[in-house]
Amino acid sequence: MILLTLALLFAELSLLAIGGVASTLPAMARAVIAHHWMTAPQFAALFGVAQSSPGPNMLIATLIGLHVAGLPGAAIATIAMIGPSSTLTYAVAGWWHRFREARWRRILQSAITPVTGGLLLAAASVLLRAADHDWREALISVAVFLVATLRPKLHPLWLLAGATLVGILGFA
Amino acid sequence: MESQAPATLSLRDLFAGFFAAGISGFGGVLPFARRIMVDQRRWLTDAEFADLFALCQFLPGPNIVNLSVAFGARHRGIQGALAALTGLLAAPITIVVTLGVLFERYGKLPLVHHGLEGLAAGASGLILATAVKIATPALRHSATIAVVALAFTLFAILHFALPVVILIAFPVSILIARGRTP
Repeated sequence: MILLTLALLFAELSLLAIGGVASTLPAMARAVIAHHWMTAPQFAALFGVAQSSPGPNMLIATLIGLHVAGLPGAAIATIAMIGPSSTLTYAVAGWWHRFREARWRRILQSAITPVTGGLLLAAASVLLRAADHDWREALISVAVFLVATLRPKLHPLWLLAGATLVGILGFA
Repeated sequence: MESQAPATLSLRDLFAGFFAAGISGFGGVLPFARRIMVDQRRWLTDAEFADLFALCQFLPGPNIVNLSVAFGARHRGIQGALAALTGLLAAPITIVVTLGVLFERYGKLPLVHHGLEGLAAGASGLILATAVKIATPALRHSATIAVVALAFTLFAILHFALPVVILIAFPVSILIARGRTP
């Protein structure tokens, strides 16, 4: 039963993930909290774990599945997160290529950017609120944001490792 | 200019190329996929890659997963799509499940717990940096700023469901883009 719930949740998010999976993070957080699978800070921590692994950021779905229902949950959540969108991509890829000069395609393409921007900023605000329960954590977030923005070539793993270390030193 | 790749790549090439992109892709696989597909293996030109990526960004779902599916399918149909997709995800899924098991087992130890709080704060700072970077091109014109603000307000402040947010914000954005696209 719980596997079905996971499958339906992530299959829906798969088709709603405009501009990538990060746009759905607020909806994901809302769903896992409503199901009492985890708290907001736990979700933020799990997202941190997903970001520490190489690979696409849809891996947060794998981790939620694992948390809720072990390895079968991880498998179902992963397949549900990539299945519907991959099927759609498979279906329209050739057709999209054929219309690469068309005006309507350029319109759709430029229309998606501001929507994605708004959804991603929403995702960031939800995660920041979940992760930063006091000023010290907020300071870590701000520092990582500034360094990542000013030094875009720096490997993000260094920033995540630094943030983890500051967490251990500052709070233990 | 056409790419120098053979007309069809083998399933093995597809798996290997995307495996390399998946395992090196920390904090976003895209730059690594571009480097491997365009610079190293010369499967695509820059323009061809940009066109393929535009599709994958436009369609819902994980962008890079879509890219592997579209590129694999172009070469070897369903089998090619599956080869590229499994190549991309094999290593990252193994690693993240290992990390996840460690998280479930040790996440409550005080030291680990504090480390995870720092990690979560750092990861949300990174997402903010990504969001700002992606939103910036849309922040140059008042009409597109309005769409960014609309999507943000509906989703983060008014807590509308995601499908509703998209159904409202995307048509507005299309109307604006129509006026701006020659």
